[in-house]
Amino acid sequence: MKAELTTWESILDRWQNRKDFLIEILQDIQDEYSYLPEAVLGELSKKLDIPLNHIYEAATYYKAFSLQPKGRFKINVCQGTACHVRGASAILNSFENMLKIKTGETDENGNFTLDVVRCIGCCALAPVLTVNEDVQAKFDPSLVPEMLEKYRKMETESPDDATED
Amino acid sequence: MQRIQISDLDKIKDETLKSQHLSEKGPLRAKVTVHMGTCGISAGADKIWDTAQELVDQRNMRDILLTKSGCVGYCCHEPMITVETAGLPPVKYGDLKPKDVKKIFEDHILEGTIVEANRIADDLPFFTKQVQFVCKNRGLIDPEKIDEYIAQDGYKTLAKVLTEMTPDEVINTVKTSALRGRGGGGFPAGVKWETCRHAGEERNEERYVICNADEGDPGAFMDRSIIESDPHSVIEGMAIGAYAIGSRQGYIYIRKEYPVAVEKMDAALLQAKEYGLLGENILGTDFSFDIEIHRGAGALVCGESTALMASLEGRAGIPRAKYIHTVEYGLWNKPSCLNNVETWANVSLIMNNGVDKFTSIGTGDVSKNPWGGSKGTKVFSLTGNVNNTGLIEVPMGITLREIIYDIGGGIPGGKKFKTVQTGGPSGGFLPEKFLDLPVDFDSLDEAGSMMGSGGMIVGDEETCMVDMAKYFISFLQEESCGKCIPCREGLRCMLSILENICRGEGQEGDIEALKDLSRVMKQSSLCALGQSAPNPVLTSLQYYQEEYEKHIYEKKCPAGVCTALYEMDIDPELCTGCMVCARNCPVGAISGEKQKPHKIDRDKCIKCNVCYTLCKFNAVKKV
Repeated sequence: MKAELTTWESILDRWQNRKDFLIEILQDIQDEYSYLPEAVLGELSKKLDIPLNHIYEAATYYKAFSLQPKGRFKINVCQGTACHVRGASAILNSFENMLKIKTGETDENGNFTLDVVRCIGCCALAPVLTVNEDVQAKFDPSLVPEMLEKYRKMETESPDDATED
Repeated sequence: MQRIQISDLDKIKDETLKSQHLSEKGPLRAKVTVHMGTCGISAGADKIWDTAQELVDQRNMRDILLTKSGCVGYCCHEPMITVETAGLPPVKYGDLKPKDVKKIFEDHILEGTIVEANRIADDLPFFTKQVQFVCKNRGLIDPEKIDEYIAQDGYKTLAKVLTEMTPDEVINTVKTSALRGRGGGGFPAGVKWETCRHAGEERNEERYVICNADEGDPGAFMDRSIIESDPHSVIEGMAIGAYAIGSRQGYIYIRKEYPVAVEKMDAALLQAKEYGLLGENILGTDFSFDIEIHRGAGALVCGESTALMASLEGRAGIPRAKYIHTVEYGLWNKPSCLNNVETWANVSLIMNNGVDKFTSIGTGDVSKNPWGGSKGTKVFSLTGNVNNTGLIEVPMGITLREIIYDIGGGIPGGKKFKTVQTGGPSGGFLPEKFLDLPVDFDSLDEAGSMMGSGGMIVGDEETCMVDMAKYFISFLQEESCGKCIPCREGLRCMLSILENICRGEGQEGDIEALKDLSRVMKQSSLCALGQSAPNPVLTSLQYYQEEYEKHIYEKKCPAGVCTALYEMDIDPELCTGCMVCARNCPVGAISGEKQKPHKIDRDKCIKCNVCYTLCKFNAVKKV
């Protein structure tokens, strides 16, 4: 736990320990740990002098935050309006079937988390989804098996490397 | 980079233009611009850049300037580049793969022969029907090079304002222009600025200027594009506004889902600070002003001004009642002027080009009242079931028909137009009879929709209006902050009714219940999210009620969208047994031998529609 505390302390430094940057601080913690660990939130409360329940309110209010760890590959299927009229629901349906999880869940291996996002602003190339930072445009349900295979292979070949090429 | 003075602006402009000048005699003979907005990158623009870079390096082409810019708005043809050779007009190329880039280098750059296969003509209605005002720099400048912005007369207007105009003169100019908020509210910006200034002076308090770049409406990406292509236009506008209002501190609130926009704006702010165009004593004057970025964290309601300000304070973005205006008591309870990205981007253009030029475009008469018309241009993101999807800037008053058919190129696949949705989740659906409606604030309001921030989504004959209403209500129900009963419970009830209807469990009284809930929510919700949430339902009921009735009484979805109300089937008369559907079915629900009619196992079928989309013989049906 000591090493993780150092990480969050450096995040606080980056944001000058300012209370009004709480949302930014939580975003960096989410990116770093793939969720908001309860212990870290407790330390934030002390360091920033913000009541823990206020931090909990912000942590549970915004969709960017999760109190449970996410998978290595975070699939966000855009369900914005332009993507919706071009069949985004069918894409989400396909992922749920192939991964055998519901939206919001992580598969049993901890590889894939399936979420929705509305929207990432690539509407002209709908339907769109992201896997971590990688944006995939003009997607189609028929591409789901191949895409999952590609990421499963990455997990097998480099299990400790969480970066996309 | 060192701080600059006003006289340096012209020097930087001259040097930059000189460094990019193309001549047959050199040193530069050609310029290749790779357009790298988020859309372009998602379509493969980074590979195009890498290929172009490799070609230039391998052949040591020192007379080629390779550069990046934001997108040119023709997003459906990304990735795109523009090639300019000495003495000839620039040529746009689209739908590029790396091998196409190699051919363009060989044929066009080295031998002067345009590659017609990938060429995109400039005289297409997509371009000729647009007016480039706010978007004038898009595709032309590298957003990460402040000098290129200055070369297009950037920051000259700020210099003029700081040295030749008083704050009151600036406010009067913006008031006379009748610039109305481009975020959707349409409130006159000049009136807002004046009120904020007076509130600050009366209480002798600091004031803030805020840029709303949350752009939560799904289907809208105008603000993303402006920031990615021309971030300094927003910075300059905010600085002019801050001078007018008497503010020293500004904030830009950008949604987290726009990492490229955050990166570009971050870089732009840093460069502006290095040049002394932000910070203390800007351009050697007494005016000091700085801007910082805060990212959103995935909450639609944070596009609402009071919720946005709560988020800026590090709190959950929960709105409050607005009978106390934020221009008087806003961020940290101080007078705060919040405007949208596009509104700020208009400011320096109005100050520089003059009010008359701005008011010569648009509708109505604003000489006595800024609400009397809609002046200037509006940037729209045109998406959905239309051929030419992309980012467009059009004069206020252009018709929906011109946008959808001339600029948009009509409906793909030979299908029929059914609806156009404007205003995001707060807006409404308009049917065919409104295609000749002029697009401005008031006409759209009168028809039951609204301008909104600029999302314009076209639906064809396979769009189910009940499903679309359910889609918006489902979205808003998730995004509701939960504070007030009309919105929180009203949306939950509406969603339940709409889900039942789409599942084939609709009943007598559902339509009346939806209308009644809508009335209550509009009258008594705390903020604009709840007040405007019923709009998609109300307009879909107003213009498409027979579709609701088919769902409720006949348990049919005419558009073939509500999965509980149809089954997939293959017509044996039309099926050629080509096996494409069977090979691509993700759950193996299709069986059949080669060249014999196939069959769908309805128990396995998940109605993903892959077979329907892939079948070239129209043999797959929804029954």
